[in-house]
Amino acid sequence: MSVLLIAEHNNKELRPFTYNAVSAACKIDEDLHILVLGNKSESVAKSASEIPKVKKVIHVDNEIYENFIAENYTAAIIKHVDTYSHIVCSANTFGKNLMPRIAALLDTSQVSDVIKVISADTFLRPIYAGNAFATVKSNDKKKCVTIRPTSFEPALATGGSAEIVKSEPGEAFKNSKFVKREEIKSDRPELGTARIVISGGRGMQNSDNFKLISAIADKLNAAIGASRAAVDAGYITNDHQVGQTGKVVVPDLYIAVGISGAIQHLAGMKESKIIVAINKDGEAPIFSIADYGLEADLFEALPQFLEELNKLNTIQK
Amino acid sequence: MKILVAVKRVIDYNVQVRVKEDGTGVVTDNVKMSTNPPDDNAVEEAVKIKESGKAKEIVAITIGEEKAQETVRKALAVGADRGIHVKVEGVVEPLAVSKILQKIVDKEKPDLVFMGKQAIDDDCNQTGQMLAALLGWPQATFASKINVKDSSLEVTREVDEGLETIEVNIPAIVTCDLRLNEPRYASLPNIMKAKKKPLEQINASDLGVDTKARIEQIKVEEPPKRKAGIKVANVSELVQKLKNEAKVI
Repeated sequence: MSVLLIAEHNNKELRPFTYNAVSAACKIDEDLHILVLGNKSESVAKSASEIPKVKKVIHVDNEIYENFIAENYTAAIIKHVDTYSHIVCSANTFGKNLMPRIAALLDTSQVSDVIKVISADTFLRPIYAGNAFATVKSNDKKKCVTIRPTSFEPALATGGSAEIVKSEPGEAFKNSKFVKREEIKSDRPELGTARIVISGGRGMQNSDNFKLISAIADKLNAAIGASRAAVDAGYITNDHQVGQTGKVVVPDLYIAVGISGAIQHLAGMKESKIIVAINKDGEAPIFSIADYGLEADLFEALPQFLEELNKLNTIQK
Repeated sequence: MKILVAVKRVIDYNVQVRVKEDGTGVVTDNVKMSTNPPDDNAVEEAVKIKESGKAKEIVAITIGEEKAQETVRKALAVGADRGIHVKVEGVVEPLAVSKILQKIVDKEKPDLVFMGKQAIDDDCNQTGQMLAALLGWPQATFASKINVKDSSLEVTREVDEGLETIEVNIPAIVTCDLRLNEPRYASLPNIMKAKKKPLEQINASDLGVDTKARIEQIKVEEPPKRKAGIKVANVSELVQKLKNEAKVI
């Protein structure tokens, strides 16, 4: 058995979740190889080779991989899978887009969004927005698995020196073309990996009021999240959405402000270590999963919250 | 242009799902079922494209037990022209669903196939991408905006980093995000009219597709419960608890 992990990166560095995927992949089998497909991506291959748990890096560098088009990625991956028992990547938008395309061509029934590796063929995964956990066993010869990155600790990034093997690209797919990417740049921590997340919901009433959230986020070095309702209403951009069809976060502290707690939102945050809910409706379902609930008008509570934080001598960041 | 839209019948998104005591699955008896929410967006988008004059025919398809055809009737009531119900009992994995859809695409020869990006029951997020692979077609997943051009689509995709725009040549597969549009409600006269629209039934076994599960479901259980929390009286108590009790700030 050996595992091939598909690296997620930006052609300069590995995306943080690749390190979480390494930890998960190692639980399947320790003979772990990483495939880096990119353009001018030597630094990515080098970073991958430095992960102590990685035994070998396969590096395919070609301009067709510049924008991670799944059709181009798949053609290259298929060429490299012969000797592997498992193909693994993260269950974020990168992996969700990519892995099924690979699985179908291998005639494999994919196991999506694994939160625990029980054995090389048996996995735990949430279904119904996390309202049930299913233990599933894959009977396919070659297994395609996406793992939920926040359910695994990131692997150590340095100290290793795996061999880097250059390999040839696959065929270019002519019918898909990358046009542009509107990446929202922020100095704040990434939502998926932040230690503290503060999220706003419909109760924020407009985009301007999110300033109250960002002031606290700045103070706590927190990432900013949002419910689907807030994103739908245009208060904040989609990359902030936490929930069943958005991002899944597992921070040490999750502060839900003006969020009622629909099943779909809870699916994205209920594994957080400490949950705080601030809501003026005492009956809101969010209180049933909150460690600390504050029944209050958020427009009064948030400025007070900031004031209280300012009074503290030290804040963990 | 012809658009095939795939819809799935799932437990309604407002229902609090309960796990069966014997660990074999979740309770579905006497539970409200409806169309998978992003599949409604897929139907809506197809109807809008037809209304703009860029598509001639919309075919709605579902795969599942007898009652699954309710979802096709709903699609017909909001503007699909005809329906297909591929009958099959039990759980059909996304791989088998995509193989069935491939057979239907071979027969119907649509220019576009639309469906929701993910079903809210198994949360797999696989079928559209798998169908695209089997057909060798381009895939535009997690679409929040579609611009139909002469022989291609420009699609804005919701990705973790923000928004990405790609162009895919037709024929293509699009999986739809909830933000793509606002699905309309069917009017009563249209619901009545939909009953007269053609709905073809096909047995999955007649399509020559093996629908046997490849993944064994060993057990289904309740997720671990969070222990009950407390209500704090004011902001200063909250901050003290976070600092001194939870030690997270």
